[in-house]
Amino acid sequence: MMRIPCPHCGPRTQSEFIYERTLDSVVPLNAPTEEAMAKLFTRNNPRGVDDEIWRHTYGCRAWMVLTRHRVTNEISGCRAIGPEALS
Amino acid sequence: MSRYSAFSLLRGALNGQKHWQPAWRDPEPKSHYDILIIGGGGHGLATAYYLAKVHGLKNIAVLEKGWIGGGNTGRNTTIVRSNYRLEPLHNLFEFGLKLWHGLSDELNYNVMFSPRGAMFLGHSDADMVKLAERGDAMRCDGIDADLLTRDQVAKLEPLLDMSRDARFPIQGGLIQRRGGTARHDAVAWGYARGADSLSVDIIQKCEVTGYVRDGDAVVGVETTRGRIGAGRVGICVAGNSGHVAGLAGLKLPIESQTLQAMVTEGVKPMINSVIMSQSLHCYISQSDKGGVVFGGDPDNWPSYAQRGNPMVMEGAVAQGLALVPALSRLRMVRTWSGVTDMSFDGAPIIGETPVRNLFLNGGWCYGGFKATPASGYTYAHTLATGKPHALNAPFSLDRFERGATIDETGSGPMPNSR
Repeated sequence: MMRIPCPHCGPRTQSEFIYERTLDSVVPLNAPTEEAMAKLFTRNNPRGVDDEIWRHTYGCRAWMVLTRHRVTNEISGCRAIGPEALS
Repeated sequence: MSRYSAFSLLRGALNGQKHWQPAWRDPEPKSHYDILIIGGGGHGLATAYYLAKVHGLKNIAVLEKGWIGGGNTGRNTTIVRSNYRLEPLHNLFEFGLKLWHGLSDELNYNVMFSPRGAMFLGHSDADMVKLAERGDAMRCDGIDADLLTRDQVAKLEPLLDMSRDARFPIQGGLIQRRGGTARHDAVAWGYARGADSLSVDIIQKCEVTGYVRDGDAVVGVETTRGRIGAGRVGICVAGNSGHVAGLAGLKLPIESQTLQAMVTEGVKPMINSVIMSQSLHCYISQSDKGGVVFGGDPDNWPSYAQRGNPMVMEGAVAQGLALVPALSRLRMVRTWSGVTDMSFDGAPIIGETPVRNLFLNGGWCYGGFKATPASGYTYAHTLATGKPHALNAPFSLDRFERGATIDETGSGPMPNSR
């Protein structure tokens, strides 16, 4: 089990978080069909580091980007996204 | 290769059992094979076996990065069944189930297939409607399915909590009596021995690190044991499909996730069938050694680590205890986890890729073990002829862009919402 450094609440247990999808699979609203298809239905799925969107569902309920190694579970970064990140 | 039999065992007893030989050779890789299979799990070995047996091909090799039976073949809950609602799924798995029923004879290796019945529990009116619908769909294609009343379920599994105020009240079930369990390692070993005796080279500790390209075609692979040329290359590494296909520049509709299982200490027979609840995601069966085997949900986040999250384990056990309270007295002795290919519609992928001469078998989600014979048979057909078998034609890689997904759970393109 991981301890995730939430940018708003500090380090918290993984059981408070829910994984959403990888950062590069968010489909922009104006994406052409091919790009939307590719983002919706394919993944890099690296046996290494990837950027993932997680949500602190049982905490501050904010979305965040977690940079994590998928074999060692080492977390090299966690940053806020959404309106909070802009302010 | 000498055949195993009661007679050879008896003869061995008279001369100190000195007649045993390794079940397969340990050859050096040749410089070129007609067909190269990446991945020496059950599926890869079955593919090699049927390529040699059914299609008469001789120059075949299976490359395994670790050792035979060390991956997902040895990390599942050993359940065998074909009770799916959608036609392409139940046809493929039923073809496999028929092969399971003769597999020990076919391979001259006891895979300990035990058709003790695979039962889904229904916990509500809605569950029972869904189970009846699924059973009807199966029976339309000649697959056995019996809807059970509450009393029939109680009679089959007396230790289930059938009380009206149970945490998960049981209203009935759907049983496939020809389903059951098998010895998972034996399946890999049996296919390995069978393929080897048909002159397939099984090369262990040989990891593929890249592909040799000639224009748009793959003509071989780079491995930790050197370059090996190939007419056709078949990826068969479910769990690591994303990585191995990625070496060829492909992005797949797959996310790798951890799936866990666990087993208790051995006890006398207490679970007669395979008890499953798809409303809960809990799978309970008893191994021939007596241990009660539990399986649950995937961990629902991407991971290549072959270790799971205790939270998910706790969930599976809590459900199991609510269904069979007597299990609370048992000690859990082992847990394990495998890396599974979660495809985006929950169905496998068997077929060609956009790269010429490169084929893919993967995306088995949590249902790969039961498909081992069917997967090997249809993939062998695809690799030998370059065209899909009728049974795996619906499972092509391009079905996602064509909108022809096989979405049994109706969960769309998010494996973690399944």
